[in-house]
Amino acid sequence: MTGNVKNNASLWLTQTAEFLKNFNILKKSGSDSRIIHPYMVIVNKEISDHVRSWRFIILFILIALTCLGSVYIALANIGDAVKSSDPDNPFLFLKLFTVSDGTLPAFFVFVSFLGPLLGISLGFDAINSEKNKGTLSRILAQPVPRDYLINAKFTAALYVISVMLFSLGFLVMGFGLTMTGIPPTPEEFLRVVFFIVVSIFYVSFWLNLSILFSVLFHQPATSALSGIAVWLFFTVFYSIIVNVIAKAAAPSVTATAQQVVNYHEFILNLLRVLPSQLFSDATTTLLMPSVRSLGPLTMEQIVGTLPGPLPLGQSLLIVWPQITGLIAATIICFALSYISFMRREIRSR
Amino acid sequence: MNQNIIELTGLTKTYGSFIAVDHLSLTIRKGEIYGLLGPNGAGKSTAILMMLGLTDPSSGSVKVCGIDSTTNPIEVKRKVGYLPEDVGFYDDYTGLENLIYTAQLNGFPLNRAREKAEQLLIRVGLTDAANKKTGKYSRGMRQRLGFADVLIKSPEVIILDEPTLGIDPRGVREFLDLIVKLSKEDSHTVLLSSHHLHQVQEVCDRVGLFIGGKLIAEGDIHSLSRKLFSDQPFSIQVGIKFYADKKGSEQDHATPERLKDSIKKIEGVLTAQLSNNTLHIGCSHDATDEIVRVIVDSGAGVTFLNKKEYGLDDIYNRFFEEFDDHE
Repeated sequence: MTGNVKNNASLWLTQTAEFLKNFNILKKSGSDSRIIHPYMVIVNKEISDHVRSWRFIILFILIALTCLGSVYIALANIGDAVKSSDPDNPFLFLKLFTVSDGTLPAFFVFVSFLGPLLGISLGFDAINSEKNKGTLSRILAQPVPRDYLINAKFTAALYVISVMLFSLGFLVMGFGLTMTGIPPTPEEFLRVVFFIVVSIFYVSFWLNLSILFSVLFHQPATSALSGIAVWLFFTVFYSIIVNVIAKAAAPSVTATAQQVVNYHEFILNLLRVLPSQLFSDATTTLLMPSVRSLGPLTMEQIVGTLPGPLPLGQSLLIVWPQITGLIAATIICFALSYISFMRREIRSR
Repeated sequence: MNQNIIELTGLTKTYGSFIAVDHLSLTIRKGEIYGLLGPNGAGKSTAILMMLGLTDPSSGSVKVCGIDSTTNPIEVKRKVGYLPEDVGFYDDYTGLENLIYTAQLNGFPLNRAREKAEQLLIRVGLTDAANKKTGKYSRGMRQRLGFADVLIKSPEVIILDEPTLGIDPRGVREFLDLIVKLSKEDSHTVLLSSHHLHQVQEVCDRVGLFIGGKLIAEGDIHSLSRKLFSDQPFSIQVGIKFYADKKGSEQDHATPERLKDSIKKIEGVLTAQLSNNTLHIGCSHDATDEIVRVIVDSGAGVTFLNKKEYGLDDIYNRFFEEFDDHE
């Protein structure tokens, strides 16, 4: 009896194995004989190159670790954050991304800091390394339009960045869910999704800037350094310069209220040239629903308002210019690299 | 068979004030192996880039397989296989993977691509290295892989830019034999550029001499030499031995001057020079027998006789001299 069962079981097992094997063969031959569009061929190759490259693995580990660190700090301090009477209290879940006790920056600050590094490192050798390896003229001698290559490079990097940021964002949410036991509301979820989308735009701006440098400069080292130089300039020196201007242009004590407001708006607009400023404006508004305006507000505007959170639609309206600005900067960089690549003469090495 | 597969008319490319290619007109017929010869910087690569639409001509037109390369490069690239000078591959991929990638870019599904890549690796003799990363390939192997890469799309025309550069002499020989064998098997038209004369001389049906952006001469090697050395197409070197004084035979004693004079009297001899007991004679037709008879009659001995044929080297040098004179 037991032998019979055993036999039956083994028969069933072999049958299943056979079936699975057949299925696999079918599936394999099915996918093998499919003609993949040349564009997708390049995209697939670029994605696998990125994912297998050491630089991506190192950056991924770095970013994942800082994320975990900031989430840990946020979870440790979330109790204190709830006690204070602040209008963002209904949005406890979002605090996972914004709360910090000062020892380690919050999640969104980390993204604004490491995002450029990620973007630059994925794009700085996009075109020039192909040229230096001698593969560029070989690939462009194949019957594919020239822009496939640069578009595919962008698409692949964008894909990798999106997958990475979404998975990190959802990981943070998952952690929060298990640690606090409070599920996010649909609005909170949507706000996080928008935050991730804005982060992707932000990183893709840096990605395109570095692709532009990779088209312009022949040495990958030069283009990486110029990318980092722009990043340093924007994060460190630009704000110093703006401070100097701010001091010089500061209105006198006797200035009218209008003059003071104009002055503040002027300084803010100077800062808004920075992609990082656009990004942090956009993300704070999205992650802190109580933020009502990104510019100065007069007393008349505040009088009569109840401190409370804005609905998602209103928050999005506030940051719409910022998001548009980020996308525009991204597109400008891409267009420049596209134009200079398409007009380039492709010599070997 | 005499269909023109590559047609260049008045092709010009300028970089600022520098003229890289100067009104190049060239036709290459179907099935022939054409050698584009010229020194470095003559504009060979630029001309090739324009044939593939990788750079735009300043003026003139390029037609490959009847398709305009400037306005419709993708159709041209479907029919033309191009091996760039010093070809590179993705170092982290094996030779097979590199070929499969190219095949997929040409619209082959994965299984056909793999099949084709494996066949070609056998044909170019890289079976053992198929699964080795190309970063570890030698120069000669890279060049072979490059040729397989060119053949994978079954092109009508193959354009090879300096295919023999940096390969050792034996490798060059093998590689050129491979090119000839495979292109004759599949009846491809081949255009190859080189500054190595001897190699090209052996494999090409026709050559074009390309110097300073201009096509200076064109044709097979024989017609080139006839054209160039039209004044004295035959050149003969004779080693002379003058015997020591024989008493009493003043009359027959051969002196260099007398010998030279008598040789110059032979019909067809244009020039005669004597240096180090070697006589250099240029003549309008083959007068070797007459010359030898005159020398022997004069009482001198012949130590060697060399009928010189003009090869590409001489043609090349001659053109350089003429070109430098024009400068």
